[in-house]
Amino acid sequence: MISFQHVDYSIDGRPILRDITFDVPQGATTVILGPSGSGKSTTLRLLLGLARPDAGEIRIDNEDITRMSEKRLRQVRQRVGMVFQQGALFDSMTVGENVAFSLIEHDSVPDEELEGTVRSHLQLVGLDPDLIDRMPDQLSGGMQRRVAIARALAARNPNILLYDEPTTGLDPQSAERITDLIVELRDRMKKTSIMVTHDIADAFKVANTMAVLNEGRLVFEGTPSDLAHTNEPFINEFLAPFRKAVLAATQRVVAVPGTPRPTALQ
Amino acid sequence: MNLIAAIVERLRRMVEVVQDFVLFAWEAIRATFTPPYYGREFLSQLHFALVGSLLIVVVSAAVAGQALAIQLVRELANTGAKSQLGHFMVISVVRALGPVLTGMVVASRMSAGITAELGAMRSSDQLDALIAFGSNPMKRLVVPRVAALLIALPVLVIIGDALAVVGGGFVGLQYHLPVESYYSGVLKYLTPKNVMVGMIKPFVFAVMIATVACWRGFRSAGGAKGVGVSTTESVVISSVGILVADGVCTRLVFRILGW
Repeated sequence: MISFQHVDYSIDGRPILRDITFDVPQGATTVILGPSGSGKSTTLRLLLGLARPDAGEIRIDNEDITRMSEKRLRQVRQRVGMVFQQGALFDSMTVGENVAFSLIEHDSVPDEELEGTVRSHLQLVGLDPDLIDRMPDQLSGGMQRRVAIARALAARNPNILLYDEPTTGLDPQSAERITDLIVELRDRMKKTSIMVTHDIADAFKVANTMAVLNEGRLVFEGTPSDLAHTNEPFINEFLAPFRKAVLAATQRVVAVPGTPRPTALQ
Repeated sequence: MNLIAAIVERLRRMVEVVQDFVLFAWEAIRATFTPPYYGREFLSQLHFALVGSLLIVVVSAAVAGQALAIQLVRELANTGAKSQLGHFMVISVVRALGPVLTGMVVASRMSAGITAELGAMRSSDQLDALIAFGSNPMKRLVVPRVAALLIALPVLVIIGDALAVVGGGFVGLQYHLPVESYYSGVLKYLTPKNVMVGMIKPFVFAVMIATVACWRGFRSAGGAKGVGVSTTESVVISSVGILVADGVCTRLVFRILGW
C-alpha cells in the first residue's frame, strides 16, 4: 500500500505540491490526472525518494520513506519498478543489459539464468526475445517503452509499479498497445501501481481509482465513476473535451481489488 | 540600494555554487573508497581518455615543443649559449609548459565529452533511472571517470613532454647544435626533482577536470540548451582552473619544498 499524508513540496520557494493526501490500496492501480505542471510526475519522484518533501509523510507498505537514509531507500527502491517518461533506457547498454540492470546491480545471477530472465520478460511485454542484443536507439519509440516496462518488471519482482506518462510521444497505435499491456499486467499481476498521465481515455482504461491534481493541490480522489459524476468545476472543465471518451470508458471501469464492482455510468 | 541587493544576491549564489561543488566533490571522494567498483566502466573511460586523447596530445606537444625551441635557440645563440638548449627545454617543458599544455588539451576534450554525456543522461532521466533501479551514480559514473583520468593524464603528460623535448632536439639540429650536446643537457637536467615538480600537476589537474565535468553534467538542466550551457561552463572552469592550479602548485613547490 502507498500513502501520501499532507505532503508539501517546493522548489526554490515555489510550491509544487500542497497538502497532498491520498492512498493507493494494495493491488490497486491509481491514475493521477492533471494538466501539465500540476505536480503529477513530482509525486512519483517523491515516492522514489528522488526528492524529499518539505512536510508530510509518504508511506510504502507502512514504512515512512521521507526520513529514511539513502542506504535504506535503496533497499525500498528494489521493491518498486519505474517506467520513466520517454523510457529513459540506458543508451550505452543493450536491450538485454537494460532489462537485467537491477539484477546485475544487486545479485550475482549466473549469465544463463540472467539471459533466460531477460528473454522471458521481453516476451511478457510482447517483444521478440531476439532483440536482446540490440541497442535502444535501434528500436521504435513503442518498443523502447516496452523494454522500459520489462526493465521495471525484472527489477527483483517489484510489488509496486510506477508509470510516468508511459504513452506520451507515441503514435496512437503504439500508445494503445502500451495501455493494453498495462491493463493486462494490472489484471494478471495485481501489483500496486500508480500511473501518471494527461490522456483521459488511457486513464479510464487503466484506473481502479483516480486522483486529479491542479496547481499542486489534490482536487479529486475517488473511482472513475465518481470522477465522471463529479460537479467540481475544474474537473468538468478539464474533462469537457473528452466527455465522449469518459462516457465510453466508464462503461468498462474496473473495481478496486476486494471491493464491489462499481456501477457503470448510465 | 538595488545595486547593493543585486551584488549581495550574486555573492550568495556564488557561495551556493561553490558549496554545491565542494559537497559534490566530497561525495565523490567518499564513493571512491567503498565498493562496488565498476571495472568495465573504468576501462571504457580509460580508453576514451588515453587512446582518444593521444593524437591531439602528440600533435600539440610536438608543435608547441618546436615553437618553444625556436624561440629559445635564437635567444641562446645571440648570447653564445646555444648548447644550453637542452637544459632550457627540460626546465620549460617538464617543469612548466608540458603539464599545462597537455592538461588544457585533455581538459577541452574530456570536459566537453563527460559533461555532454552526463548532461544528456540527466535530461533523458537516465540519472534518475540509475537511482530508481538501486544504483549509485557517484560510484557508477563519477568514480570511474576520475580514476581513468588520474591514470590517463600523467601518462599523456609524459608522452607530450617527451615529444616536445625530442622536437626541441630537431630544432637544435636545424641550428647546427649537435645531438650529443642537446641530449647531454637534457639528461643533466632531467633530475628526479624536476620530473616530480612537473608530475605533481597532472594528478591535480585530472581530479579537477573530471570532478568539474561530472558536476556540471549532473547539474545540467533545461534540455539541449542546458546541456550546451553546462558543457561550455565545464570547459571554461577546467581551463581557467588548470592555469590557477598550475600557479598554486608552482608556488607551493617553491615555498614548501624549495624546488
